[in-house]
Amino acid sequence: MTPAAPPAPAPPGRRRALRAGPLSWTWRPRTAAVALLILAALAGLFVRALTAFDDYPMGAADVLAVLAGGGDRGERFVVMELRMPRALTGALVGAALGLSGAILQGVARNPLASPDTLGIGWGASVGAVLVIVLGGGSGGVSGAAAQFGVPAGAVVGGLAAAAAVFGLSWRSGVASTRLLLVGVAVSLMCANLVYWVMTWSDLQDAARAQTWVTGSLHAADWDRVGVAAAALAVLLPTALVAARAVAALGLGDDAARGLGVRVDAARLGLMLCAALLVCAATAAAGPITFVALAAPQIALRLCGAAEPPPLTSALTGAALTLGADQLAAGLFAPTQLPVGVFTAVLGAPFLMYLIILRHREARL
Amino acid sequence: MMPSASPARAAGPPSTPGFGAAVRARRTIGLAVLVGLLAACAAASLLIGARALPPGEVWRVLGTPDGGEASAVVWSLRLPRTAIGIAVGAALGTAGVLMQSHTRNPIADPGVLGVAHGAALGVVLGVFLLGLTEVSAFVWLAVAGALAASAAVFAIAAGGSRGPTPVTLVLAGAAMSALLGGLVSAIVLMDHASLEVYRFWRLGTLAGRPLDVLWQVLPFIAAGLALAAANAPGLNALALGDDVATALGQRVRLTRATGVAAIALLTGAATAAAGPIAFVGLAAPHLARAVAGPDHRWMLPLAAPAGACLVLAADIAGRVVRGSGEVEVGIVLAVLGAPFFIALVRRGRMIAP
Repeated sequence: MTPAAPPAPAPPGRRRALRAGPLSWTWRPRTAAVALLILAALAGLFVRALTAFDDYPMGAADVLAVLAGGGDRGERFVVMELRMPRALTGALVGAALGLSGAILQGVARNPLASPDTLGIGWGASVGAVLVIVLGGGSGGVSGAAAQFGVPAGAVVGGLAAAAAVFGLSWRSGVASTRLLLVGVAVSLMCANLVYWVMTWSDLQDAARAQTWVTGSLHAADWDRVGVAAAALAVLLPTALVAARAVAALGLGDDAARGLGVRVDAARLGLMLCAALLVCAATAAAGPITFVALAAPQIALRLCGAAEPPPLTSALTGAALTLGADQLAAGLFAPTQLPVGVFTAVLGAPFLMYLIILRHREARL
Repeated sequence: MMPSASPARAAGPPSTPGFGAAVRARRTIGLAVLVGLLAACAAASLLIGARALPPGEVWRVLGTPDGGEASAVVWSLRLPRTAIGIAVGAALGTAGVLMQSHTRNPIADPGVLGVAHGAALGVVLGVFLLGLTEVSAFVWLAVAGALAASAAVFAIAAGGSRGPTPVTLVLAGAAMSALLGGLVSAIVLMDHASLEVYRFWRLGTLAGRPLDVLWQVLPFIAAGLALAAANAPGLNALALGDDVATALGQRVRLTRATGVAAIALLTGAATAAAGPIAFVGLAAPHLARAVAGPDHRWMLPLAAPAGACLVLAADIAGRVVRGSGEVEVGIVLAVLGAPFFIALVRRGRMIAP
């Protein structure tokens, strides 16, 4: 169900339209099939995350019993307080990142456009790392500072960076090249600030900051699930409706105007949507790298689409993040590495394989 | 540095439109100004430092090293970092032009090809497996990592049915960067001794490098500059699109391979000498393009001194900004250079490749 149709008549007899009131989408069987396949993979990963995640094996029947309200206290704790929040956070954060990447790459028409290159992710990192390093002392961040300070720092930093990028690239309209260049400059600045701040601190705080900057699901709890779920609940429908303008924007600003798209408003709205998704994801799990860049490109290639399909990108992002978290928890068993290490280890070879496999030049 | 070919020698592809006297004058003046600026930056880099030396004294010991304190400061501290700064800046500026043109992407910097992360992985593996801690021991590892990473990226990008295109190069490079970055993160998170070295190495600095480091990387940079010069006419043709370039008799695959080899050599050597310095490879090509227009035979020779000026100016600023302590050149470049770059972008002085 790729909302990719510009409000122009589809080629006769080729694509069927899905209509809901004033809205319409193009029906693409291949995209729908790919989305269902990824959904199935996601479900499998989710079941595995609930049953065989750490060294406390529980059968599917035990987990179902717990979910139905049974099980002993230990089992309830393991499933409801450890595994469920972590799996849900992973899936929701991955979906938010994949969706934001699809929007940004579609609007900027540049496969390198992602929250990392546009400054949002690194802006969030500046906020969080400052809290970790300055608020920590040698004993490490604890109590209220760890619970609320680091995520709050991330949200403030990320929104500030996004506002700076939008504000600085606004000059009677947002041209996407200008936006990208300003975004990369802000991103480089924030990244180097993070590196610099990490050399002020002692090694313990530096390691903690490195873990956070890589993106981690260790500290997942129901509060973070709530943050990510609330953001997705509001922004996913908004993005699916708004992304209908992406295909029109791809025809060039003048053609898009001719098709009735308010170009600057559409671009700004889509970017704002993406920025809010990234901020929510970053507050919940840190700036998990690579998902926002890779998920849309993987989805695009699997679907054979011209621009990243938003819903399929979100599902791909969720599957990628959940899969990476299971590698992160299981591969070096006693040592728990952050999930951000493995999103690239899992996703990069797959993306490279798709690049080699591909026979058709995609537009992005 | 680069043979600034005369316009009459335009190879195959049609020459840049508007090749009037005004354009030629602006390019020549731009080049002269940049070279003058570079000379001024180099002189300032020799004169300015934590230890105040009168200019006459610096000049005297530069001609006749006498083994005194001033001589030691100039010859063992200031001269090496100035020379390394020029080499690194010129290499990164040139590589940036090649990178943005081959990927046809205005935000691609040379690091996108996986070069910087390949070098980082080489360094971290050296610390983790071999227990190295000396700067000069890292150089070979960093160069090897950078070359291996970019060779792999090119092989993957060329694996598709249509050979390496701008999109596949960028995507394969970004994927490889992320993969290698993930491996580096995994190692430094498991081994704190590696993190201790890595968190300082990745800032990018010219300080504390002996002149030997320059001699180690100079052959790579020279080879890279030669390949870049050979690549310039081909890039002008590729700018018209792969299909048109092929129709014009350009061997697209060979041109891409030459460009990627040049990028790998230049960036790998620069990263090995000074750590991953961002921003130069992004900003210098845009500055050069704003002055020279889209002709690569002029962009490349302008981007090299522009990059060198940026690195030296940032290094000098890092020395004076905090009194006794220093701020690393990579930090200064990103933190002070980014607002400057944004101001230029806002004034509309930048054009996309």
